[in-house]
Amino acid sequence: MLWLIHACGDSTMVKQLKEVLQDGLYNRKFIIGSSITLLFFAMALLSYTWTPHSVEEINIAVKLAKPSLEYWLGTDHFGRDIFSMLIFGARNSVIVAMVAIVIGMGVGVPLGLIAAAKKGWIDETIMRFNDFTFAFPALISAIMITAILGPGSVNSIIAIGIFNIPVFARITRGTALSLWKREFILAAKSAGKGSIQISLEHILPNASNILIVQATIQFALGILAEAGLSYLGLGTQPPAPSWGKMLNDAQTFIHFAPQLAIYPGLTIAITVLGLNLFGDGLRDVLDPKLRRSR
Amino acid sequence: MMPVLEVKDLSVSLHTPRGLVRLISQIDFSLNPGEKFGIVGESGCGKSLTALSIMSLLPANAIMSGEIWFQGKNIQNLTEKQLRRMRGNRISMIFQEPMSALNPVKTIGAQIAEGLLLHLRINKKEAEIRTKQLLDSVGLPVSRFSLNLFPHQLSGGQRQRVMIAIAIACQPDVLIADEPTTALDVTVQERILDLINEIVEDSRMSLLMISHDLGIIAQTTERMVVMYAGNIVESGTTVDVFQSMVHPYTYGLFSAIPKPNRHLHARERLYSIPGQVPEPDARPVGCNFADRCFQVEEICRITPPDMKIIHGQHKVACYRPISHK
Amino acid sequence: MRLFLLKRMISTVLTLIVASVVIFVVLEILPGDPASFMLGIHAEAETLAALRAQLGLNQPLSIRYLEWIGGLLTGDLGNSYTYDVPVAELIRDRIMVSFPLALLAITLSTLIAIPLGVVAASQHNKPLDFLIMGFSQLGIAIPNFWFAMLLTIVFAVTLRWLPAGGFVGWDAGIIPALTSLLLPTVALALPQSAILARVTRSSMLDVLKEDYIRTARAKGVGYWSALWHHALRNAMIPVITIMGLQFSFLLAGTIIIENVFYLPGIGRLIFQAISQRDLIVVRDLVLLLSAAVILINFVVDILYALVDPRLRGFNDG
Repeated sequence: MLWLIHACGDSTMVKQLKEVLQDGLYNRKFIIGSSITLLFFAMALLSYTWTPHSVEEINIAVKLAKPSLEYWLGTDHFGRDIFSMLIFGARNSVIVAMVAIVIGMGVGVPLGLIAAAKKGWIDETIMRFNDFTFAFPALISAIMITAILGPGSVNSIIAIGIFNIPVFARITRGTALSLWKREFILAAKSAGKGSIQISLEHILPNASNILIVQATIQFALGILAEAGLSYLGLGTQPPAPSWGKMLNDAQTFIHFAPQLAIYPGLTIAITVLGLNLFGDGLRDVLDPKLRRSR
Repeated sequence: MMPVLEVKDLSVSLHTPRGLVRLISQIDFSLNPGEKFGIVGESGCGKSLTALSIMSLLPANAIMSGEIWFQGKNIQNLTEKQLRRMRGNRISMIFQEPMSALNPVKTIGAQIAEGLLLHLRINKKEAEIRTKQLLDSVGLPVSRFSLNLFPHQLSGGQRQRVMIAIAIACQPDVLIADEPTTALDVTVQERILDLINEIVEDSRMSLLMISHDLGIIAQTTERMVVMYAGNIVESGTTVDVFQSMVHPYTYGLFSAIPKPNRHLHARERLYSIPGQVPEPDARPVGCNFADRCFQVEEICRITPPDMKIIHGQHKVACYRPISHK
Repeated sequence: MRLFLLKRMISTVLTLIVASVVIFVVLEILPGDPASFMLGIHAEAETLAALRAQLGLNQPLSIRYLEWIGGLLTGDLGNSYTYDVPVAELIRDRIMVSFPLALLAITLSTLIAIPLGVVAASQHNKPLDFLIMGFSQLGIAIPNFWFAMLLTIVFAVTLRWLPAGGFVGWDAGIIPALTSLLLPTVALALPQSAILARVTRSSMLDVLKEDYIRTARAKGVGYWSALWHHALRNAMIPVITIMGLQFSFLLAGTIIIENVFYLPGIGRLIFQAISQRDLIVVRDLVLLLSAAVILINFVVDILYALVDPRLRGFNDG
């Protein structure tokens, strides 16, 4: 929502936000998706103030406990509270996915704007670079980074961030190219504004809806990728809890305590599903064509 | 003579996000064997939807009422299998956009032969021979146009010729041509129209020519109807309509085209109809043309007029038809 | 077509060169002295010197790069430091697991996804469409390694129908080998097919609106026949793009899934190499994976031209 506020300016901002929310109330995907997303962010924030138990407190006496009033979802092989770890894992996922998006947008959006504004060989070079980067899954970048620097959550952030760059560059360029053909841009051009000024004042605000929707999708992908990297041991390192790492631990005990594998996976799936629904719903709601026909 | 095609009281509505919208309202016309019949009207008046109704190829969100009789059978009572045997075989259609109406990934030979193999009991070899004959007959001699060409390798006019070959492949009884030349250059238009005329006359097909262009209707048809906003407003022989049009809309349609060499009424200046065609979901209660008509009366805004006979086959739906006496 | 092929081949080779330079820079220059990196800080001076000599570190960078590439082209990938066997041999054994797994997974996911996507499109906005799209939403949200764990819990731990992991080897016979690859294949394929089904559906919906579908129907072609014979091939064009892009995700997925099922493939090898700091093996494997992605993209471009005659150029249609 921050981008939205930034993009709309003060006067139209309140109005558009209101419209979006009003339309959102009629969109089932948007309601379910935004509820799950809010819950997820609330979990991440909650971890800063309160968790039922400390996540680093090892208590072998209660290891692999069944769910109870004391331990809502039971405990793991070290006797740590699963529910508390899930809450902490949410914080970890938010941070990694969020920073990766900041990297992806911070580099990708300017690249896309420049490619669309300058065209010619600059465009060609940027797009080639794009294709090249895009061919590398985050995992391969992460493997290279880990091989040099050793594992850690910074790795996942960089690897996922690098993967996000071409995604945002491509979508920004595509949107910007179609906007450059519009009349109000011609008007700005004939008013003597330079291409950088036009990109910032006219193209970017008008591309913001599409970028916001893409950001939710990349956010969901980022959470999946972070879980994968942590699962492989390339991402977040213990004792910091992460959903992927929890699944890795569960793998070891799959024959004795299969329930350990259920909760983290379910949490990932619900969060990603919620974010995807939110993105889909947001797309419907933000699409002015659909709004007019309602 | 029994008509080969009879459209009775046809109405078509579409489900849209704004609700059910009626696009065609109670139209009637019939087509005799070997006859060349025209439907003229501006885009959005329901011409193409009429054609699709006849082919029974309306989009899934369309609802049709009324009857369409083809060769003595009500097509609404036909099974899907019977319809398939009718389409492309007994009745076929040329579409407006030659650029998009041909499948880009199939050779023109395969696209022409497809209908032959579906409807005629012939093998691939015979179909190939027949396909070559068809290409020849639409002016694409096999010596220069291989069956293995793809649509993108042809010009617009050449593609429309392929489209015609597809349509006439099985010698249908009725050929529907929906704006067959609208997307083409003017110079190519004439040649395609000549080709259609020639084919229809040679093989005694009935032609249903659909166009927004009065010139094309005059050139190719014997009888015609004028459609406006989903209704037929005037019908008759082409000569009658052209020489003594009686509906104010038809009159406006004629006056809107400059005619350097065909001065019907020398005193008139070039006239254009004021206003816009009403949107299908915002059509007026009375006559659809009332808001744009230069001789509108009170009654026009209350109830829509029925078709009435002017003389002979010439009919009009208007309370105050233009008099030519 | 020939010109098109030539252009694509040149750009593929260029991309491969760029990829190899990037990998070389990241893995050979960034760590500073690769030899001390591999041996750790407590290494003896003599061992270090020996490794330096083995790695050819005394030579200039450009020579080292060219020797690496030259070795690759002649099939000599150097010796693994930790295993002390030729890397080529290591990779050859491992690839016999990873390659069949990836191939099986992409085949299975295509076989599931395309019919599902076509059916969903044909039933647009009807219950079956919603059901298939619901399945697809779920499939996209579920991480493949968690899905793999669920499969293990159900089929290996609870029902005991299939092994929980490990690979018996191709010497044990085709059937036992395929059996040990069954769960990994399903775990990889189903989440992939969820995305592919979605793309197929939306592409089919676009194509079904095209005029040439109406033309086919006007010829007397039945609905399903028009769908399969006229729409599907056109709808495949964007689907192939996505399949090409997905291949890199499939590789990543293979690496993860091999770790879930303890399969001795490339993915396991790369992790062992990382934990043993065997930069030679890491370097070769990363290049191998990147090359696979780049080559697949080349194949995808050729597939395009096969499906879409418009890309083939004018004279040889």
